Amino acid sequence: MTTFTAVENISRRNVLKLFGAVGGGLALGGTSLAWSPMALAQDKQALMNLFVAIGEDNKVYLTCHRSEMGQGIRTGIPQVLADELEADWDKVVVVQGLADKRYGSQNTDGSRSIRKHYQRMRQMGATARTMLEQAAAQQWNVPVTEVYAKAHKVHHKASDQSLSYGDLALAASKLAMPKLDSVTLKPESEFVHIGKSHTIVDMDAMLSGKAKYGYDIKLDGMLYASITRPPVLGCDVVKLDDTKARSIAGVVDIITLPVPKGAPLFQPLGGVAVIATNSWSAIEARKALAITWSESVNDSHDSDVYLKALVERVKQPGKVIRQFGESVTDWPADNTVNAVYTVPYLTHAMMEPPVATASVTADGCELWASTQTPQSTQQNVAGALGLREEQVKVNVTLLGGGFGRKSKPDFSVEAAVLSQKLIKPVKVCWSREDEIQNGYYHAISAQMYQAKVDDNKLPTALLARTGFPAISSTFAEGVEYPSDGELDLGFSDVPLALEHIQLEAVKATAHTRIGWMRSVCNIQHAFGMGSFVDELAVNANIPCIDMWRQLLGKARIENFENNGFKYGNYGEELADHPVDVGRFLNVLDTLESALAKAPKAGKNQGWGMSVHRSFVSYVAVATLVEVVDNQLKVIKSIAVMDAGTVVNPDRVHSQLEGAVIFGLSLAMMGDISFKNGKVVQSNFHDYPLLRLPQCPDIETHIVASTAKPAGVGEPGVPPVAPSLTNAIFAATGKRYRDLPLNKVLSV
Amino acid sequence: MTTPTQKLMVNGKDFTLDADPNMPVLWALRDILGLTGTKFGCGAGLCGACTIHVDGSPMRGCLTSLKQVQGKQVTTIEGLEAQKLKQAWLAHNVPQCGYCQAGQLMSAAALLKTTATPTDAQIDDAMSGNICRCGTYPRIKAAIKSVSEA
Repeated sequence: MTTFTAVENISRRNVLKLFGAVGGGLALGGTSLAWSPMALAQDKQALMNLFVAIGEDNKVYLTCHRSEMGQGIRTGIPQVLADELEADWDKVVVVQGLADKRYGSQNTDGSRSIRKHYQRMRQMGATARTMLEQAAAQQWNVPVTEVYAKAHKVHHKASDQSLSYGDLALAASKLAMPKLDSVTLKPESEFVHIGKSHTIVDMDAMLSGKAKYGYDIKLDGMLYASITRPPVLGCDVVKLDDTKARSIAGVVDIITLPVPKGAPLFQPLGGVAVIATNSWSAIEARKALAITWSESVNDSHDSDVYLKALVERVKQPGKVIRQFGESVTDWPADNTVNAVYTVPYLTHAMMEPPVATASVTADGCELWASTQTPQSTQQNVAGALGLREEQVKVNVTLLGGGFGRKSKPDFSVEAAVLSQKLIKPVKVCWSREDEIQNGYYHAISAQMYQAKVDDNKLPTALLARTGFPAISSTFAEGVEYPSDGELDLGFSDVPLALEHIQLEAVKATAHTRIGWMRSVCNIQHAFGMGSFVDELAVNANIPCIDMWRQLLGKARIENFENNGFKYGNYGEELADHPVDVGRFLNVLDTLESALAKAPKAGKNQGWGMSVHRSFVSYVAVATLVEVVDNQLKVIKSIAVMDAGTVVNPDRVHSQLEGAVIFGLSLAMMGDISFKNGKVVQSNFHDYPLLRLPQCPDIETHIVASTAKPAGVGEPGVPPVAPSLTNAIFAATGKRYRDLPLNKVLSV
Repeated sequence: MTTPTQKLMVNGKDFTLDADPNMPVLWALRDILGLTGTKFGCGAGLCGACTIHVDGSPMRGCLTSLKQVQGKQVTTIEGLEAQKLKQAWLAHNVPQCGYCQAGQLMSAAALLKTTATPTDAQIDDAMSGNICRCGTYPRIKAAIKSVSEA
């Protein structure tokens, strides 16, 4: 297995040209290739379709059009292609796709890469295989039904002949591409790569320090930019004294960037950019800037005050989102359980902060970006520079983590604008402080849950309210309620077998840029619901897992539309990815079996659990904690995931391990707070992440399934926080409803 | 102002740099020498992504200035000869995004050099300065243990 990325491949532009630009007439599912044999002569590779090329060297060049940020997609997408192609894994070369709409969506976000592209990648592999078979049949002058592709060769049964893919590539590439839905896909029983834990293709590069991330790009004559951005959303530079900064060796220029008006969108925040010949000079000169900022409407934002108001608001009636059974106007005080839960603002804190390098010339702009979203990078850069989209070439580097932050292209626009002004390549490097203080934050939130219970303390009705500033406020002014899409994330879509349900949202105005972070609103909704179910279980004196079974009811396909609620279902058809209560119950059963083999809770210890469906996957998590002298220790976590068909089991296990750790980090320590409109935290000392000594033993289980592939990267996160606080309740009898826990416990 | 000449020994090679003696080694390695395996994560010695060895001891490249390493041997991930450790990383499929892994390997290699069979507590202690946001800690720990037990 060899790999190269667009980044390493600057000297092999010919191959990129082949993949990125040749075949301009090819649309997905198209039947012909606008491809010149001249290109083959130059490049020694034959393009079979947009994702597959085969070299005369017998290597297959498979394009990964999605961004690698730790989920293993540069291995997963090629595995799917290679399986249908019948390619030898050792002869696979992975090519990173440039921004190109012909690939379809490249927005590597929403746990979508496999669930949305699995079928099409199979078809693309199969069309190439079919073309190779047709080429061989023509060469042997036999019916195509008599030949078959296997292990990187096409074979003829009767004559015992075979030809390698390299031998057939040129002839095959001249054939018409079959229609995608006309090709025969392999039976799943014959998969050789799908379902196999191939080592990630970038492993060697990562272990030798050769892997190229956005931060590692270096172009000839490149300048380094470090930008001081407005500390409060909406404020602008009133006065700048840059005399001292300009005197620092290595400083080339200092440029004031405009602060955009209106909704933040994906626009850069503006501010003052220091341009230098090296990172250090830029960083030092920034410290020497004296900037006076204007007032902003957000100057008075104080997240403590804001959260208190939000907590009061969720205790009052809101806008009804989904309702059936009795309409609840004034809930009776007797026979009810109720509680309010809160989660603060959070930020992504991926290890590599946002970074992009741009080179603007008379011909256009070329970018090397640590981006989850090459196409919107292309659009936004083109818009900012006044170029046509096709004049902006976006190379995708490896990402040192993304978690949703790098699907906002603001930092690439900054690099492009500065390169255009300076007429030189410019790399914009965000510092850790920049990342923490100028982010697109996970929304601060409050959730109220109230249940009516019967004489056996079993719930019969639920009233729930959620309040948080909406992501849509980032894209339109005046937004005061969450969108349906946000409410669909773990709030409106829990399939509860109750007679009466009323779900409401309350008003919440945004005072900063609200964005999406790994598992998005599922974080607060699963924390609220998962904690509340445990409270109901305690009230009824039954195990939490049994209260979940009680609330979920019998195995069935839940059809919300029966009671007039239209569910977004993560962009999937309900026919393909139904809300399947049976799969909920199955992950609970699997978790219960794992728990039976796990250590029992000892003195000062307790187990807690929760379950959640998100990104059309089902995950149950149990956590064992010990609390002694107010010191929390997380001992063990067990996570069970049903993500349907999985492509690379080891990468699913690793995502699940990572999700547990991500969930523990936010539950134990995650807190972005605002005072006077500014973010208080600045680096890992006050925005701590879980460290190795705090990490529990983590056991992961993947439920065997032939269901359609579902999300993997995000769905592990939501049930972690409630399983933790439920465990703490089991250990101590203390219920913590407000995150993070380090406000009350040593962690 | 003239920038004084700094001598730097990296991975067994001598370099002469025109750079501010206060420049952290991290930026000299990355911006001047093009050795980008050593990563920026926080700039404040809090995350360990920039861990290098100075005369064999682990140091944070973001807080170590060029003048502090005059006459000393700097080793980066590009020069790390720890084949057993890297094999263990491979066998446990440790990396996810991979960004912090150079720092993790540098810290782990330094630990194993002084402590061939570290206890859990010693592993915790040696690795506590290296953050991994993806969450590869269980595999890091398993990989280190597999080397020390081998």
